[in-house]
Amino acid sequence: MKPAPFQYAEPTTVEEALQILHERGDEAKVLAGGQSLIPLLNMRLAMPELLVDINRVEGLDAWKDSEELSLGALVRQREIEENQDLATRYPLLAEAIRYVGHPQIRNRGTVLGSLAHADPAAELPLVFTALEGRFELQSLGSSRTVSAEDFFLHIMTTALEPDELLVRARIPRREASTGSCFSEVARRHGDFAVVAVAVTVRVEEGVCRAAAIALGGVGPTPLRAAEAEEWLRDQDADARAFDQAGKTAARECAPASDIHGSAEYRREAASALVSRALRVAAGRALE
Amino acid sequence: MTVNGTEHRATVPVRLLLSDFIRDGLGLTGTHVGCEHGVCGCCTILLDGEPVRSCLLLAVQASGHELTTVEGLAENGTLNPLQRAFREEHALQCGFCTSGILTTLTAFLRRNPRPTRDEIREALSGNLCRCTGYVNIVNAVQRAVEAQE
Repeated sequence: MKPAPFQYAEPTTVEEALQILHERGDEAKVLAGGQSLIPLLNMRLAMPELLVDINRVEGLDAWKDSEELSLGALVRQREIEENQDLATRYPLLAEAIRYVGHPQIRNRGTVLGSLAHADPAAELPLVFTALEGRFELQSLGSSRTVSAEDFFLHIMTTALEPDELLVRARIPRREASTGSCFSEVARRHGDFAVVAVAVTVRVEEGVCRAAAIALGGVGPTPLRAAEAEEWLRDQDADARAFDQAGKTAARECAPASDIHGSAEYRREAASALVSRALRVAAGRALE
Repeated sequence: MTVNGTEHRATVPVRLLLSDFIRDGLGLTGTHVGCEHGVCGCCTILLDGEPVRSCLLLAVQASGHELTTVEGLAENGTLNPLQRAFREEHALQCGFCTSGILTTLTAFLRRNPRPTRDEIREALSGNLCRCTGYVNIVNAVQRAVEAQE
């Protein structure tokens, strides 16, 4: 299985990359880590006329951790995984990243590449949805910031226009009294999730003050279980509440059945995973 | 690019995969091609010391980098301790997955020279083996670790 012929551009600056996308974005695909795109090319599921390889663009591998974590387009997944300091301040991301593929994939794959690829069963889009990440999209001469909710539109479809590059993505730091948990069900460790959940919960004096419950693998994009989140507010942080939140979240899903899991199974799994993840997250809120 | 310490120059079609360049262009057929979509791991090589899927890289992307393939692991023509342990523990049968596993483990052991069995298994989770059932592979790693001590 080999890629169909394509033209190849290797810009060295963001400007150059944006110029190319401005002229030929309609027939181009951006190549960063390639861990999702090159399989599609090899299987000829994607046959772009032009590949814009951004691996040599200066500055895109930068990341910054101050009041929030800001990641450039070329930050490799492995860099995040290996940074112990980040794990304390961004525990949900640190926990989830170990589920992304395998070490060999994470050495090359980028965080933003996974976001731009927007596979409904992928872990990183789910984390960024739970944390209400912000995405910076640049085109020639302009720039806009989009919320996670507005970025993920459908299966492998994002708000990125053909002339835009996802240059930066940001997530907030862990807040006080807040715990998080990432959990997924997959056939084997490293496979795409059948169902995945990413939750955060703020617990004060044994009461849930706020929660984010995001589910993956249950729809065309990551889903926030808004009803369950709202219900959980001001409930005691106990097993009864978490089970109920799980059931509510499962009702908010409308998953499709496929060979990896039926809709019924996905709903069951969603309910159980949410309930368990909330329990773990609430425990971590005290740390 | 530099491969196993030797510099190479070539002009290739942009769509040529690194795995195919290594095998057909350089004649280094120790790197194997299985699934060509990043799952099986038998094409794994070291790029600047880190394991990557050569089937998911274009040959042109490796320009300027240092590659290590399975052919580059032996020391002065003799099997290195990990390779010797594989032979002694019968950690390969058909050998198709072995090159990708050896490169993966070479990098792994550099980072974690005294792994537990669970850590070894997790390190191997990106390499599929249809013959051995993995047990002898894990044993071989432990044997190699003991030999180093």
